[in-house]
Amino acid sequence: MRRKEAARLPECDELTVVRHYTNLSHNNFGVNDGFYPLGSCTMKYNPVINEEIAAMKAFAGLHPLQPAETCQGALEVYFNLQQSLAELAGLSEFTLNPCAGAHGELTGLMIIRAYHEANGQPRTKVLIPDSAHGTNPASAAVCGLEVVEVKSLADGTVDVEHLRQLLDELGNQVAAMMMTNPNTLGIFEPRVLEITEMVHKAGGLMYYDGANLNALLGECRPGDMGFDVMHINLHKTFSTPHGGGGPGSGPVGVRKGLEQFLPMPRVIFDEKAKAFRVEDAPLSVGAFFGNFGVMLKAYAYILSLGRENVKMVGPLATLNANYIKERLRDDYLLPIEGLCKHECVFDGLVDKSTGVTTMDVAKRLLDYGYHAPTIYFPLLFHESLMIEPTENESKETIDAFIDVMHKIAAEAKSDPELVKSAPHNTPIGRVDDVLAAKQPVTTYWKTLS
Amino acid sequence: MSTPSQKLSTPLPTREGQGGGSAFKYFPHTEEDLQEMLKATGVKSVHDLFADVPEAARFKREYNLPDALSETDLRLFFEQLTHPLNAQQLICFAGAGCYDHYAPSVVQNIIQRSEFLTSYTPYQAEISQGTLHYIFEYQSMIAELTGLDISNASMYDGATATAEAMMMAWGNAKKATRVLVSETLDPKVRRVVDTYAHFHGVPLQLIPAKNGALDREALDKELAEGGVAGVIVQQPNYYGIVEDYTGIADAVHEQKGLFVINANSSDLAILKTPGEWDADVAVGDGQSLGIPMTFGGPGVGFMACTEKLIRKMPGRIVGQTLDNRGQRAFVLTLQAREQHIRRQKATSNICSNQSLMALYVTIYLSLMGKEGLREAAEMSYAGAHSLRDKLVATGKFQDTFPGQPFFNEFCVDYNGDLDVLLEEATECGYLAGIKVGEKTLMLAVTEQRTPEEIDELCEILGK
Repeated sequence: MRRKEAARLPECDELTVVRHYTNLSHNNFGVNDGFYPLGSCTMKYNPVINEEIAAMKAFAGLHPLQPAETCQGALEVYFNLQQSLAELAGLSEFTLNPCAGAHGELTGLMIIRAYHEANGQPRTKVLIPDSAHGTNPASAAVCGLEVVEVKSLADGTVDVEHLRQLLDELGNQVAAMMMTNPNTLGIFEPRVLEITEMVHKAGGLMYYDGANLNALLGECRPGDMGFDVMHINLHKTFSTPHGGGGPGSGPVGVRKGLEQFLPMPRVIFDEKAKAFRVEDAPLSVGAFFGNFGVMLKAYAYILSLGRENVKMVGPLATLNANYIKERLRDDYLLPIEGLCKHECVFDGLVDKSTGVTTMDVAKRLLDYGYHAPTIYFPLLFHESLMIEPTENESKETIDAFIDVMHKIAAEAKSDPELVKSAPHNTPIGRVDDVLAAKQPVTTYWKTLS
Repeated sequence: MSTPSQKLSTPLPTREGQGGGSAFKYFPHTEEDLQEMLKATGVKSVHDLFADVPEAARFKREYNLPDALSETDLRLFFEQLTHPLNAQQLICFAGAGCYDHYAPSVVQNIIQRSEFLTSYTPYQAEISQGTLHYIFEYQSMIAELTGLDISNASMYDGATATAEAMMMAWGNAKKATRVLVSETLDPKVRRVVDTYAHFHGVPLQLIPAKNGALDREALDKELAEGGVAGVIVQQPNYYGIVEDYTGIADAVHEQKGLFVINANSSDLAILKTPGEWDADVAVGDGQSLGIPMTFGGPGVGFMACTEKLIRKMPGRIVGQTLDNRGQRAFVLTLQAREQHIRRQKATSNICSNQSLMALYVTIYLSLMGKEGLREAAEMSYAGAHSLRDKLVATGKFQDTFPGQPFFNEFCVDYNGDLDVLLEEATECGYLAGIKVGEKTLMLAVTEQRTPEEIDELCEILGK
């Protein structure tokens, strides 16, 4: 019953470990290092006070199964966050259990399927715009749903006529439609009310992908647009740090009438006992309460902003994005006219004759001390460059970024090789992806053998 | 990361209308900025930027939320919530998937470094070698602990990792009819697996337990019928019992199914590894590798598999490569499995995982090292065995599963009212375990529990 050989783990003193990881951190770039306009990821400032609160010893020492009467403080935060998100989303109830956005999508789709099952309808198709994030169709597949793609119009919004046609064809097989609004091009879907009405009429539910919720804070709420189920990425809209790829948190909310399909656990306030308690439910997507530490940070953020500042998040984030869009359109190809929301998308440089690609521009940005925007997504354009500034970035920061983007466009003409061979100032140069995938080396043991 | 954009000689800007005062600290725009930006954008007010939102969808009232709190008031608010009356710090003898292990100070400090904390998925390898490097280390350590070839960059938790393994087995099978799940798998994990299986369309079959361990006769009978895509067991099992899984792998492999072991990460310092049991996939929770309990999360799920299954693995994987200067470098690899490339044909929908907690585990394992990890596991084992002996000696408790070997968690039956007993223990400041049956108490001991605490608990429970 014992392992044959002890696990080969490092054997060294504490200072050596501290130095090793401190040095690794020097080869990394975070929001605190510089502008991080990674589209669709909402790389806001992560307030330091929230870290202090999440690290409080009294929270760290709580066991998730200890009696409710001994952890009322934690349950109060949980309950208050459930309520606050419901108010911000215009929905009835939230579960905080899902650990990330994609986990939230999956949970939301499970809720939708459970609802149809309860109505005796095994609906198995889900409508997803072709512009959606990859997680949407992937979550649908994990949930046992069949993906039907809805086409986009040339302006990037949902082709409502195509949707109508699909609903006519598929009718009562449609479980739901998933929508991101503003969509992945940063554009508000102007016919959203019509869309939600059409899907509802066919008996389907509307799922709102909260990836781009930041744009709407203060201006509109998914529930008021007719959405039935949604997730929120606390690590985007509510400022919790992205941690190099998690832990995030993906709470899921539902409109009135769907609460009974939410997964366990749900924290409720017992009016009679004047205490919070934990309720069970049939569905389960995690063993305990989800990423509680992340929830503490999100709730602290909501309290710091308060009602008077939360409502300015969407407008300021949107102003920053539109300002960048207008200031860069001379050198970068703007494929879609009109207002954008929290992010703007370009289709590479206007002047394509130099052969400098979006990848080259992105790598050159690293030389100038910026994180690159999201590139080659959305897939609607060949040279997508998706810029999301968030409300936390000052005009000075944005102006400096715009100057560098113009400078790179000028370099593309005067010295295209310089841009094509970028980055030059980073610890490593461009990496060989093909070599990595051809014969994968994913552990030290492989390099030793 | 030190960047060329840093101009150390430049003073911080002086901008009227910003900096303390009535301006909100997270919004940098001065009135002048706003006017200039609106002008460049061609609108009169920020609300005009939402002219494309249908009138009927506009939010026109104030949010029903509290007023903004200052930093001082915010701290006070949370201090009140963490008052001992609201967040009682109990001496923890509970486990059931969440353990009170020693959390070295160094780890918390390093994972708070903003270069790690405030970055995202390492898409731009040239400025993300820190993240990519630690994930490579994490993958190496998880592979070593589990005795398997490949680890991914992390999963949400042990429960969802087990559900992913279930779907992996199902997807890997050609003509299977079901996946077998041991009844001794943590019921909380089982519920998650059940939920996923229900919607994903995977028939599950529960294999019953006998004296707290998988009933081998029942399993063999099921295996003999064929059509098994996978068998999922836990080690040590939910009740803390170290089970003997000899022979299962061969029988499952005979019908091309996968053998999946949900393992307790810290116990892998000592116990026979999933690789040594000839498992194809190992999953579990990394929480017991020194991650504070924090009311159950964030922890980290891990998943490791054999080389053969690498392209069926969900989640991110970091690989080693070279850069264009010939230097060794790390990069996200085999991305053709993932949702952003393959969409509905991806191996999973997972995108963000628990990266920072994978860093936590990596630093923890580096500090503990080969010897430290083994010592902590041995101390936990010794503590649990001493507690069990002392509880039985009080005459009030007896083994729930007589004769079964256990690691650092075990079950005993109490010959009185268990609810009353647990309440009394709580009043004395002890979380005396988890009630898992009418009379059955499950207790866990980690290296943090002192002999004095063990004695005092026995006094409380045995009186």
